[in-house]
Amino acid sequence: MNQTNTLEVKKRIDNIPDKFIGRNLRNRLFLGAVILFSVITISMVFLIIGTMLFKGHNQINWAFFTQTPPNTFEAMMAKSSGKLIPGGIVNGILGSLYLVSIASIIAIPFGVLIGIYLYENSKKRYAGVIRDITDILQGVPSIVIGLIVYLWVVVHVSHGYSVLAGSVALALMMLPLIIRSTEESLKMIPDTLKEAAIALGTPYYKVVLRVLIPTSFTGLITGILLAVSRILGETAPLMLTTLGNPSINWNIVKPVSAVPLLIWQFYNDPNMVDLIWSSTLFLMGFVLLLNLLSKWIGARRKM
Amino acid sequence: MHETNMNTKPSILSIEGLSIAYDKDKLAVKDVNATIKKNAITAIMGPSGCGKTTLLRAINRMHELYPNISTQGKIKLYDENIYDMSTIKLRRKIGMVFQRPNPFPTLSIYENVIAGYKLNGIKLKRSERDEIVESSLKDVALWEEVKNSLHKKGNFLSGGQQQRLCIARTLAFKPDVILLDEPTSALDPIATAKIEDLLIDLKENYTIVLVTHNMSQAARISDNAMYMYMGELIEYDETTKIFTNPKNISTQNYITGRFG
Repeated sequence: MNQTNTLEVKKRIDNIPDKFIGRNLRNRLFLGAVILFSVITISMVFLIIGTMLFKGHNQINWAFFTQTPPNTFEAMMAKSSGKLIPGGIVNGILGSLYLVSIASIIAIPFGVLIGIYLYENSKKRYAGVIRDITDILQGVPSIVIGLIVYLWVVVHVSHGYSVLAGSVALALMMLPLIIRSTEESLKMIPDTLKEAAIALGTPYYKVVLRVLIPTSFTGLITGILLAVSRILGETAPLMLTTLGNPSINWNIVKPVSAVPLLIWQFYNDPNMVDLIWSSTLFLMGFVLLLNLLSKWIGARRKM
Repeated sequence: MHETNMNTKPSILSIEGLSIAYDKDKLAVKDVNATIKKNAITAIMGPSGCGKTTLLRAINRMHELYPNISTQGKIKLYDENIYDMSTIKLRRKIGMVFQRPNPFPTLSIYENVIAGYKLNGIKLKRSERDEIVESSLKDVALWEEVKNSLHKKGNFLSGGQQQRLCIARTLAFKPDVILLDEPTSALDPIATAKIEDLLIDLKENYTIVLVTHNMSQAARISDNAMYMYMGELIEYDETTKIFTNPKNISTQNYITGRFG
């Protein structure tokens, strides 16, 4: 009985018409759509980079990196006589570097330690709470962070716009990224390594500092670099905490400029429009460099 | 549980009434009593889940890394209860080698061998360090193979060589006892044979306790063997006696391959 049934089923299967031509066509259409969308997206990226290069490249010169921006009158004069706008964005470049450095000094220790804590206690309920709070922090709009830091630091601590306030705001934005990447990097270390260190009689804090952290170092650095490249372009929080400064400033309780702030200022001034492109080009170039660096570090360590 | 001629040899570890439970009700090790003899290789064997790894780890208190673990009973190293000792001091006297070779990937071969000292912050003179590294590597028959690449990282070494490096790292402390948790199950037969020969050489100066899934390995190299089943120590005797004339039916079934 069973055998005849099996034979009948087999016959039916063999006789199913093979919609070969239709399937092939659909395959190709799908592939075509995927390729088309990819090409459009990539061309967008090239268009953006191309536009910036085209419009901004002539402003990139030695002065760009060493001088402060001109005032609007000088810019207008230069434009009307067809010359390049004089000056540069050195106050913004140095200001950005200053802010990022202080923000890193604040965010890295906290971020790494919290990441270690989450790794060690990952099953406890308290750790889950901290993770949720980290996610919430990551989702807070940057301008809201700017407002809060304005209240805490600008009003109560530095009594005015300052590098300190800007750095605190940026640090708050870096924190979730560093915490996450630290925890994930530590999780990737096989348990056997931890056990080997413990079996040698190593006290626990030394296992963390001298075995776990060095082994996950690449992951930690990548996380930090990505956090830095994220905050380099942040503008809103800086507008509320460090405002800007026409010259270079090293005093931590005084305001400082930053490249995205300068871009905003140039945008608002019709005479300085050309400088926008070169500043943007610089910013993008720097972020790209950081990304490539973190990829390179990741590739090297894998050897 | 019979201990016959074994009683005449000196012992180094005495396990007394040891019971270990994960999560209150599940007893992984049930009331084990045994004495491990000095300068002998003792094999702990049994089917999966019988508690042999838990027992082994209890000897250097590595089982305490598991959450919710509770331990009752004592283990004495030369009459000192290890549960009253500091774990740091204990683990220098009782070393452990794991199933998968695990040299520290960020350290060179030289640094790996001396890692125990470095991680503990023990400062040594350069000459002392060199001496320890050389003698440990010689003890595991790895010196000739790596003496010219001591400062390279160990990832070019084969599995067997890496495992020997891990043993050398344990030997650097000159421990009294070396615990090995299925040390050759991740290695090919040639590497396995080398490690087995090494253990036989080492027993002259160290006491070795070895968990093995491989009965023939236990038969080949161990002097005394424990057979465990479902957390209980069913039989513990000289290896030849266990394999030729087991006193317990469960032991016999295991040895003849009826299960496990």
